[in-house]
Amino acid sequence: MSIVKIICPNGHLGFAPLKPESFQLGVEAGPDAIAADSGSDDVGPVPLGSDTCASPRAWQTYDLEQMLLAARRLNVPMIIGSAGDTGSDSRVQMYCEIIGDLARKHDLAPFRLGWFTSEIERERVRSAIRAGEPVEGLDGRPPLDEAELDATDRIVAVAGVHPYLELLQKGADVIIGGRSSDCVVFAAPALFKGACESDAYYLGKVLECASFCAEPYGAKETVLGRIEEDGVHVTAMHPDQRCTIASVAGHAMYERSNPFLEHVAGGVLDMSHCHYEQLTEKTTRVTGQVFRASEQVRVKLEGAGKVGERYVGLVGIRDPYTIAHVDEVIAWARRQVVERFGKEGWELHYSVYGQNGVMGAMEPTATPAHELCILVQGLAPTAEIAEEVAMIGTRQMFYARLPDVKGTAGSVAFPLDEVMRASPGYRWTLNHTMAVDDALELFPTHIATVGG
Amino acid sequence: MATTPLKDLAKTIRSKNAGVDKITFDVIFTDRTIYEAVRDGDDLTRERIQRLYNVTPQRITDFVAFDPAMAIKFTICRDRPSGSPGDPDILGAQQYAPLLDLPVRID
Repeated sequence: MSIVKIICPNGHLGFAPLKPESFQLGVEAGPDAIAADSGSDDVGPVPLGSDTCASPRAWQTYDLEQMLLAARRLNVPMIIGSAGDTGSDSRVQMYCEIIGDLARKHDLAPFRLGWFTSEIERERVRSAIRAGEPVEGLDGRPPLDEAELDATDRIVAVAGVHPYLELLQKGADVIIGGRSSDCVVFAAPALFKGACESDAYYLGKVLECASFCAEPYGAKETVLGRIEEDGVHVTAMHPDQRCTIASVAGHAMYERSNPFLEHVAGGVLDMSHCHYEQLTEKTTRVTGQVFRASEQVRVKLEGAGKVGERYVGLVGIRDPYTIAHVDEVIAWARRQVVERFGKEGWELHYSVYGQNGVMGAMEPTATPAHELCILVQGLAPTAEIAEEVAMIGTRQMFYARLPDVKGTAGSVAFPLDEVMRASPGYRWTLNHTMAVDDALELFPTHIATVGG
Repeated sequence: MATTPLKDLAKTIRSKNAGVDKITFDVIFTDRTIYEAVRDGDDLTRERIQRLYNVTPQRITDFVAFDPAMAIKFTICRDRPSGSPGDPDILGAQQYAPLLDLPVRID
């Protein structure tokens, strides 16, 4: 008899649709909960800053529909974390509306919909700074100062298990979460069912990206995790996939700077002494994980701030002499923007494909290709100026003054005689942690009856 | 001594964001003998990666061997956060390419 059994049909729900065949096999296995994370900071700072999704609503709705119908049929909790890519308040509201629409569409019997929000006001963070409680930087960043805070448009706090547990205790059948650590979406229902913390958090860690912990490679397939008296068992549901020692251990290091530690609000999961054992062809058992609760709860904060409106242009170069002097061509165009707008108040970025467009300064290959494509990005506070910055930065490459060029009719090729409006530029301003006295303080929970 | 390109020894060579400020690299083997030879050799080391990617020592935040997965893993700090204007690889997914042809001596 398992302590708890949970299926995960998708990692970063909405970014690409779940695969229904393995999901149905997972549902038939009779899980105690169906859960998925729907967020990622991989999509860059634009969705959080501009409060938009990186995923199409149709794909999000498709996955939510599959999960909702299965969960209501089995009468087990459905849990979604980091709604709509960013977990901002508007994304939580949008997912709750989708759940309501689906309940009406399928005429579902009444159920309890719980949700919580994760966005926090700049003033909450400012009060911490002013109270002498440093908002510590992660990954080598310095502590947050008020200037960087003021440059921030939107902040989400990253929840631990706490708001999920509170909503489960209040009887929620469906939970839509704001920004959360991926693993807590699974750890919370496991804890609710009586699992120990070490196994609950490990279960979450291994399930969070669905079939990324299985082989052969194939994303968006359902994986089943069980907590037994003797450890965490993880099983691939797709007929052709297996959870092996290599695939499960391999996933422990995916998208993380080291494979041993996973920090969440309230503690750290230590996987240094994990032992992996192949139980059956499709199932691997993991033991030896340790969760250590922290004395003080520090919550991770993610914030994005607007850099400016943005236009982009494209340029091609084929003349080998011009390719050899592309840095001078770019410097010429940049000087023309300085002459027009001065040295500050705008940004101009060149990605030189064929030279180091993908890797920038980390590119070890010194010899450029026989032709180059250059992506030009111009940014400024207003769209009008951004367009002109991008236009000068693009078009003036045509007029670059190289002393020995043969082709005096024009230095570059234009595939388009225009610059195009792109999404505004944002940057990650916050990757920090803030102390809280109450792990629920930043994550107010709500519950309502839906359907019927 | 003859060398072999890393791509002929490893099953997986990949890079990906680890948060918004770092890119992490995984080199995963399937043969334990080969894995241990590379792990214990001089060709895939912190110093070699520092030279290959032309980064300061401080920018390599982690360099670990992970025996259960037969993997060597290292992490490099980005020069700006992912997705900032001008960042050409928002997901950090194409930064592994120089590792493919890294020459490795195997006895």
